[in-house]
Amino acid sequence: MVCGGTGCRAAASDTIDENLKEELKSRNLENDVQVVTTGCFGFCEKGPIVKSLPDNTFYTEVKPGDASDIVKEHVIKGRKVERLLYKDPNKKTTVADSKDMGFYKKQLRIALRNCGFIDPENIEEYIARDGYEALGKALLEMTPADVIEQVKASKIRGRGGGGFPAGLKWQFAANNKADQKYVVCNADEGDPGAFMDRSILEGDPHSVLEAMTICGYSTGATKGLIYIRAEYPLAIKRLNIAIDQAREFGLLGEDILGSGFDFDVELRFGAGAFVCGEETALIHSMEGERGEPTIKPPFPAESGYLGKPTNVNNVETFANIPAILNQGAEWFAGIGNEKSTGTKVFALAGKINNVGLIEVPMGTTLREVIFEIGGGIKDGKKFKAVQTGGPSGGCLTEEHLDTPIDFDNLLAAGSMMGSGGMIVMDEDDCMVSVSKFYLDFTVEESCGKCAPCRIGNKRLHELLNKITEGKATRQDLEILRNQSEVIKDTALCGLGQTSPNPILSTMDNFWEEYVAHVDDQKCPAGQCKDLMNYIIDEENCVGCTACARVCPVGAITGERKQLHEIDTSLCIKCGACMEKCKFNAIFIK
Amino acid sequence: MSKIKSLAELKKMKSELRNKVTLREKGDHPESLVQVRVGMATSGIASGAKEVYNYLADELEKRNIDAVVTQTGDMGYSYAEPTIEVTLPGKEPIVFGWVDTRKADEIIEKYIRNEELVDGIIPQNYETIDDRK
Repeated sequence: MVCGGTGCRAAASDTIDENLKEELKSRNLENDVQVVTTGCFGFCEKGPIVKSLPDNTFYTEVKPGDASDIVKEHVIKGRKVERLLYKDPNKKTTVADSKDMGFYKKQLRIALRNCGFIDPENIEEYIARDGYEALGKALLEMTPADVIEQVKASKIRGRGGGGFPAGLKWQFAANNKADQKYVVCNADEGDPGAFMDRSILEGDPHSVLEAMTICGYSTGATKGLIYIRAEYPLAIKRLNIAIDQAREFGLLGEDILGSGFDFDVELRFGAGAFVCGEETALIHSMEGERGEPTIKPPFPAESGYLGKPTNVNNVETFANIPAILNQGAEWFAGIGNEKSTGTKVFALAGKINNVGLIEVPMGTTLREVIFEIGGGIKDGKKFKAVQTGGPSGGCLTEEHLDTPIDFDNLLAAGSMMGSGGMIVMDEDDCMVSVSKFYLDFTVEESCGKCAPCRIGNKRLHELLNKITEGKATRQDLEILRNQSEVIKDTALCGLGQTSPNPILSTMDNFWEEYVAHVDDQKCPAGQCKDLMNYIIDEENCVGCTACARVCPVGAITGERKQLHEIDTSLCIKCGACMEKCKFNAIFIK
Repeated sequence: MSKIKSLAELKKMKSELRNKVTLREKGDHPESLVQVRVGMATSGIASGAKEVYNYLADELEKRNIDAVVTQTGDMGYSYAEPTIEVTLPGKEPIVFGWVDTRKADEIIEKYIRNEELVDGIIPQNYETIDDRK
């Protein structure tokens, strides 16, 4: 198997493929040994990769010329080509079997344990993989207090972004006495580019139902509600099927597993407002009120849905619970690091080769995620920044790449964990435009209740516009920073308090880019249309007139076979001329 | 289906279901089933997983191959959707990416019929809970 990932292909893996095939053919082995290309192994740093089956031999940094050695030695004589084997950097020994490589232990699937393995519409497949066993254990062998102790001991923190210890939250809800309590699952996933919760609900809905029932038992609630966006139709369909099946099997409803405990789950649909991911706004939305947050306290654990004690957790938090009870809290607490235990699911997106859904133990570094699991930056471009935490998070740079991913380290670096969106940017991304993109989002999603968020973010957005148009002054930059700080301190809820984060973190890490926009009216990444000019290169232009003919506004003039010129006052910067030019004679300045 | 009334009943059901699955996956009789899973979360479906699912189900039957095709959730390889996992009797499962109906045809003819590998294998790069136990 020859890696056909972008990184390896750039290092001539396709020639390796051809050479191997030829070498085999010349020895009449083409029918006995097959050569196939694969998707990215994710080990691009040591590429190109060639793996041989069935012995799992893993060759790294293979060159086209190595093909004959691999065939001669490995295939014919059955001896491993020692010099191409992966060398363990710590032990300085070679590793022949890929299963022994530390690299393969980068990802660990706990929340995603069933996602992509079972048929989500068939409860039997879930049960065959330990499904509902944690519930049985909790209901029949543990007291509610025992369950809470286990969750506390696992030290799991809320996966929705806040990172509040889930065990404590359960404890608060359990402590409050009431005739009726509720368990709510927050499935209002709203960060741009994030699809962790959707994937869990679509791939393993029963794990969430099971965990909600366990939570109900330990907190004394008998009703569960899942608040989910109406724009997730497939997740809703599969949840409904799962709820019906669980009821049919007696795993939801009255007297679950003969324990005398009753619990049932219903769905509540949201119209897709970002602020409804905030738990008080979410509860108001479920009550049929406007989806606006209210000041805490009172916390939902005291007075939540319909004024009753309510425990709200995120989808991913719930998905971890059955595994914690089945494998033990200590096992879970042993994964990750001291203050952030377990794993985190990320939706890896942006300018990265292996866009996808990943789950890594806490403490994995950004570098490992981006360059090893993610396969590095697209088209061999240079890494510039990684955005975590969605519109509330920040951008981290090259110098942060070795930061371990956990709640506290990301916060210390100026970003946050968030719910798990991770967007990678390359050298062509303008950081001012990136913060403008996030502000676009928060301005749109602000519920309008408090002035700092409603008015302040709008002002921030205007300032960013001014900067990208090259009309801002140094004073504007100062106002931008001050106002960001004020909004952070004074906004009512999490949305407003975190909305200036993308600006602050990019100002901290990419200050020179802001300055370039203001002082020199230049966009270093060449993204801000108002700040760039298309220029014709005198040396390369042959006067073919192709650019002049394609220009929609007639801004290009010049005689045949003569140097052409662009009138920058007419140019609308559409880029059509540059695309058309066959002589690389048009560039952006 | 009658309700499950105790933990013991649940456990019994689990081991029965497991045996059923194990028989299906590890059976060494030539007559045992080929198992195909199609990743059908929103992203998979958007890339055409439904067509691939229907194609595989129809074609495997037409070509008299004893197989069961099921849907599953997101396997995580968004860059290579649609993705399918094929488990031949007694073999480790293999995931193929970028599967359209043409690729599916190639997989049936080459891999499922003759155990010949085809391009587009996605290497597994994660551990599961069971690996860590």
